[in-house]
Amino acid sequence: MAAPALGQNAAETQAVRAAVLRVDVPHLPPISRLDAAPQDLGFAGARLAIEDNDTTGRFMGQDFEALEITATPETAAAEMDKLLAQGIPFIVTLADDAQTLALADQAGDRALVLNARARGDGLRGKDCRFNVIHAAPSHAMLADALAQFLMWKQWPDWFLIAGSHPEDVALADAYRRAAAKFGAKIVEERTYEDTGGSRRSDSGHVQVQQQMPVFTQRAADHDVVIAADENGVFADWLPYATWDPRPVAGSAGLVPRSWAPSLEAWGATQFQNRFEKLAGRPIREEDYQTWVALRMIGEAATRTQSTDPAALKDFMLSENFEVAGFKGQKLTLRDWDHQLRQPILLATGSVTASVSPQDQYLHQSSALDTLGFDRPETECKF
Amino acid sequence: MKVSTAILTSALCLGFALPGAANRVFVSNEKGNDVTVLDSDTLEVIGTYPVGARPRGITISPDGKELYVCASDDDLVRVFNPETMEETHTLPSGPDPELFVLHPSGNPLYIANEDDNLVTVVDTQTHKVLAEIPVGVEPEGMGVSPDGKVVINTSETTNMAHFIDSESFEIFANVLVDSRPRFAQFNDAGTKLYVSSEIGGTVSVIDPETQQIVKKISFEIPGVLPEAIQPVGVRVTGDGSKVFVALGPANRVAVIDGETDEVQDYLLVGQRVWQMAFTPDEKYLFTTNGNSNDVSVIDVAALKVVKSLPVGQQPWGVVVAPN
Repeated sequence: MAAPALGQNAAETQAVRAAVLRVDVPHLPPISRLDAAPQDLGFAGARLAIEDNDTTGRFMGQDFEALEITATPETAAAEMDKLLAQGIPFIVTLADDAQTLALADQAGDRALVLNARARGDGLRGKDCRFNVIHAAPSHAMLADALAQFLMWKQWPDWFLIAGSHPEDVALADAYRRAAAKFGAKIVEERTYEDTGGSRRSDSGHVQVQQQMPVFTQRAADHDVVIAADENGVFADWLPYATWDPRPVAGSAGLVPRSWAPSLEAWGATQFQNRFEKLAGRPIREEDYQTWVALRMIGEAATRTQSTDPAALKDFMLSENFEVAGFKGQKLTLRDWDHQLRQPILLATGSVTASVSPQDQYLHQSSALDTLGFDRPETECKF
Repeated sequence: MKVSTAILTSALCLGFALPGAANRVFVSNEKGNDVTVLDSDTLEVIGTYPVGARPRGITISPDGKELYVCASDDDLVRVFNPETMEETHTLPSGPDPELFVLHPSGNPLYIANEDDNLVTVVDTQTHKVLAEIPVGVEPEGMGVSPDGKVVINTSETTNMAHFIDSESFEIFANVLVDSRPRFAQFNDAGTKLYVSSEIGGTVSVIDPETQQIVKKISFEIPGVLPEAIQPVGVRVTGDGSKVFVALGPANRVAVIDGETDEVQDYLLVGQRVWQMAFTPDEKYLFTTNGNSNDVSVIDVAALKVVKSLPVGQQPWGVVVAPN
């Protein structure tokens, strides 16, 4: 398989068009002001990806662009229509599960949707769609990544606290599944009802200091508290406030993530530097996921030496596709649900403490398939 | 105190110059901001010297009089007297210099600027920038043909080996290789160019004449996950018969037959092995092991690892002084 020698200047530059569609749901401010969403969330990752693609494109006679579209849940469908009317073949979405599914069905065979935010296992399972690629990791991958680490740490007894929102319930399901898969035991489960309050008010921490110990009182003996809190309602208040002195993981404490601004290994330092120079802030998961989605398109264009959307789609979904994402190994797509295989970082606030899969979890085809739904378990039927 | 001991030691070494005499081995410690100097004969540490922020690429002039260190976070190349380890001057390098290669004549120096998608060419005599060559994303690997006419740069995110004319500073060919190309090395005859791909897990053997990939070498080690096999540094013996490839977190150096390009052996070294350097007589090959903070010493004739030497924090590059 000899690669061709490429001339420096191709005769004619061909364009690859994409769009990033971010659907913003009105939210209360997060518990920590450090977590407030920047205006360019996701878009900054897109800009870096387009810069990267264009630099390579210079040698290939290829040019890349990504429109940046912001929508609300009410305007998302109309914005999607506009993009489809322009014939944009690749649409990166930053939306919740339900909205992602609706947008995918709206796009049909007119565009390939690259999901850079929604984490629900249903989207990769019974609600999977052939025209969707998931650059964001699933709940199951995140939960399995944490479970492997906790089992290595020999902390098999878990106290699971889930929020009351549907995404929290779905994430809690992923932790139950991970416990069964890796031999952990959920010894106690509680639901933290979102009744409002306790967020960023002057009295918030005062209230919480009283609330959290009481809430976690008289739990069965456990090694670790796992929080499933997709909306940032309570998890950040758990560390140091639990009744029993136990570490917290999941949505606070040791958090499984697709990316963290603390990662330095595998060339990540350079990636962080380039991002921070461009965006003037540390990178967020949505930026990384958008970056990798657009890099997949760029990589497909480089390898196929084509800008034909159909050729790029076919190549991305073929077994020959791989992309490098600063995680120490190539990232590839699962053919059974179009999920991007990827290592999951386990990050505290300041450091990347570990990266899963953990070494001792082996797999017959790829260690990355120890994370999330493997081929025999998938409910996806294209 | 440290420095004067070092001078004394090296003076003694020079005084008793024997066949296969000691050469200084310089190891850059990326996280330690220093260079550890070893003695290639006694295989002992001579000393450790500060060299600036985040030292990575390291090389030495053909006459052995100037030691060059990429101080990545200082955006400079720092130049040291290899005997005293005192800084003599700096060279402009462009931002974030990672790895570089000297023209066989000792001038100029070709530097990969990892954050800026450039190769900077610097005159080592006048200390002036001669050219900035735009290349792919995250340039890292730098190689130069033995006749000095062709400079190779590999770009880690673009995944190409760029062939640069060393006189016109123009790119005249680009070869697409597997993911994350880290290093480019010619054999001394100039008939083969080896380019390692860290994430792709392969070494591409390129015919420099035609710029075509003639072979892709892949690696398989029983008991090591394929994902952990990440080729980085490449060194070729002077006669071209053996090629050594550092395999990163596989903690092995692969030995390849330079004729057939087939893997012959794997040598167990320290953790996360990246860069390597021969002694001038090719008796030893030193490897930098970034996660175990040590250097492994390979006996080249016996293909055995004979010693490991603790160095500084996260050893990155290594160079051995010429005779």
